[in-house]
Amino acid sequence: MRQIFDIHGGIHPPERKDMSNPGWVSDCDMPSKLVLPVTQHIGAPARPIVEVGDTVLGGQMIAEAQGPVSVPVHAPSSGIVTAIEARAVPHASGLTDTCIEISLDGKDEWVSCQGLDNWRDETKAALLERVRLAGIAGLGGAGFPTAIKLASDREMGIHTLIINGTECEPYITADDTVMQRFARQIVEGAEILGHMVGAETVLLAVEDNKPEAVEAMRQAAEALAGAEVVTFPTKYPSGGEKQLIEILLNAQVPSGGIPADIGVLCQNPSTAIAVRDALIDGKPVTHRITTVTGMSLKNPGNRRVMLGTPIRELLDTAGFNADTADRVIHGGPMMGFAVTDLNMPVVKITNCVLAPTRSEIPPPQPQQACIRCGMCAEACPASLLPQQLYWYARAKDQDQLERHNLMDCIECGACAYVCPSHIPLVQYYRSAKGSIREATKEKIRSDNSRVRFEARQERLERELASREAKRAARKAAAEARAQSGDDPVQAAIERAKAKKAKQEAEQ
Amino acid sequence: MSLMHVSSPHVHKPVSSVEQVMKQVLLATIPGVLVLTWFFGPGTLINIVFGSALALAFEAWALWLRGKDYKSPLKDHSVVVTATLLCIALPPYAPWWLIAVGIGVSVLLGKHVFGGLGYNPFNPAMVGYVVLLVSFPLQMSSWTEPRGIGEVPGIVDAFTALFAASSYDAVTAATPLDLFRQNSGMLFDDLMQANAELKGPIAGLGWDLVNLAFLAGGIWLLRQRIFTWHAPLGMLAALTVCAAFGYDEGSSSGGGSVLFHLFSGATMFGAFFIITDPVSSAVSNKGRLIFGAMVGILVYLIRVHGNYPDAVAFGVLLLNFAAPLIDQYTQPAVYGTKKAEVDE
Repeated sequence: MRQIFDIHGGIHPPERKDMSNPGWVSDCDMPSKLVLPVTQHIGAPARPIVEVGDTVLGGQMIAEAQGPVSVPVHAPSSGIVTAIEARAVPHASGLTDTCIEISLDGKDEWVSCQGLDNWRDETKAALLERVRLAGIAGLGGAGFPTAIKLASDREMGIHTLIINGTECEPYITADDTVMQRFARQIVEGAEILGHMVGAETVLLAVEDNKPEAVEAMRQAAEALAGAEVVTFPTKYPSGGEKQLIEILLNAQVPSGGIPADIGVLCQNPSTAIAVRDALIDGKPVTHRITTVTGMSLKNPGNRRVMLGTPIRELLDTAGFNADTADRVIHGGPMMGFAVTDLNMPVVKITNCVLAPTRSEIPPPQPQQACIRCGMCAEACPASLLPQQLYWYARAKDQDQLERHNLMDCIECGACAYVCPSHIPLVQYYRSAKGSIREATKEKIRSDNSRVRFEARQERLERELASREAKRAARKAAAEARAQSGDDPVQAAIERAKAKKAKQEAEQ
Repeated sequence: MSLMHVSSPHVHKPVSSVEQVMKQVLLATIPGVLVLTWFFGPGTLINIVFGSALALAFEAWALWLRGKDYKSPLKDHSVVVTATLLCIALPPYAPWWLIAVGIGVSVLLGKHVFGGLGYNPFNPAMVGYVVLLVSFPLQMSSWTEPRGIGEVPGIVDAFTALFAASSYDAVTAATPLDLFRQNSGMLFDDLMQANAELKGPIAGLGWDLVNLAFLAGGIWLLRQRIFTWHAPLGMLAALTVCAAFGYDEGSSSGGGSVLFHLFSGATMFGAFFIITDPVSSAVSNKGRLIFGAMVGILVYLIRVHGNYPDAVAFGVLLLNFAAPLIDQYTQPAVYGTKKAEVDE
């Protein structure tokens, strides 16, 4: 048995995971249209490479990666491109983004996918390129381009690969379901990932509230040397990458750093499967398993859903009662964001769509004064002082916010969950972080222009000085000549006189 | 259907609110108040009822003056907690004007001049208490004799004392801490022998049980996670250490025993109900430990070497000043600043 460690803080919100019947998955009905945002990941948007009117096949790339931190988008099924325009996309900002709309023909014709017969024979670069072209971004909810994570080239290398099947958010059972149904594929994916980064240890981490998943993963893990299933007590937010690393390894990712800094790589189980599918089957990311749950649904559960399926259609196939729901949440109840438009599509990071009733998740209560009780600090998994951060965020005191490590806040929401004064703390922190980022950018901009200005001033002064020096030198030379008796002006006059006299003499 | 646009997290801990916290603090005072009532009669109870009513009126008035909504803040029970804590600290059978001045100072000067709930740098109840203590020392030191020595006044006496103080002449007696303070020349044990008030099972008669009752209420609050153990433990530990060092087998100039200090006067009440006020104390757990310990040291020093018999209020107010400084130096190490190496 591997020793596990505890993290500071954490909370135990009601789990409500049984509602979505973990372990069972059904296909979501094929929608008539798909809406595929070009940004379903963290990084630069992909560039559309199809035009309106083009016929596309399932698995065909429709938008290519732009720059290194970007991933392409593929068509999940066959049809015709009917629009490329800005639409509402799932993002906390509520902003719109370029989307490619495909009207499906229902035939579901696919391009032929060519997998690798033996991926072990390939170079790491070739494998990375395959991962990149398959459009894989972290499917656990963060959406960071997987190829970048795998490529990260730290001196010490990666010694431990963690497959993060914690799934500590209430309600969500997508990872649980994937682990129960596709444990073999996860372990195959883990084997490829471990091979790519050179990890000696593979830890399959599952919270102890998922016994079936643990059992399935244990059986599958026997096929992989160096792999071990690790379970640990259920507590939110144990599934946060940094928290999980502390639980499993008793080590902390340095502030401002990434797990690779201490030789660790974390991947979501679905991401591991996506990597496996990309290399062995040659298939890009076009579908995902999403939990559709909440008391406003007649048939909650897990669905295998095409990316681009409008959330409204996904909800309708689960028996959505719009009268009882007053919010729909993309993601879980702790970190998910409220959907502002049900036409938003399911994207790579959509691990859950939650449609609670009003009594299930009541509207927020009025905010009261902070009494500095410190329950937030007891709950914070990053050992921050949320009450102080709140104070300084309201005072817009950026120095103190940075001194109190605002940037180490993972926005898990544990503080706001326990706050007796019902203060939406995370909202304050997000806003303050945004202001600090803006101020930092502004500072860099002004620093740059100051450096430019100073360089220009210096150049002008240098030029002025050299001109001065030249002038002084000329003046000095002229004076020297005047003193030594040979005045150039006088000499020229003499020469002219001589010339004139000579001419006159010739005439 | 219109979609609600709210920020995460969407779920909130059930039954968790400021009212709930304040209600639990009030409930936790019950054992202490009951023991006080048993030993000293209904005076404290009447103080609390009269004081709370006044406090609500002052709070409403202050909110109205400040142009604030005065309905919901009145429901958060915070002012009732302030009033209850002050009234427990006041001598039973205090005249009505003493209570009114104390409550007025607590609510107006202790709380609202700084911006109301959550903004007061000082513990409001202690602000009121100290103003009364330095302004009306006679009335503030008139404790009645405890049951077992004198007669415990009845309800009628209590109301007479409240509204017609001049016609009420209670048999007042020095508290054990008073006796201890005024003692010069008697060995501690002789002092105990000579004064019946000092013959409780642990410390002074009545007072040790009062302290035990407040300790019980405090432990219940600790289990309810209303506060952490740091501040109370800091104070009690510091007081214990000081008393242990200062104790010289009970000479006339000695500091009194550990048990005498722990179970006399406002020790337990202060440790669990006063220094645990989150608004005016230090923020981090380490900070609260230091905050509590400093109060404990001050309580000991003032009790033994100062001019006042008890010192929780002074200790707390002095440390309220120091709390921001303590906060500056006791910020906990955040995630990512330690344990960077993976031990394999």
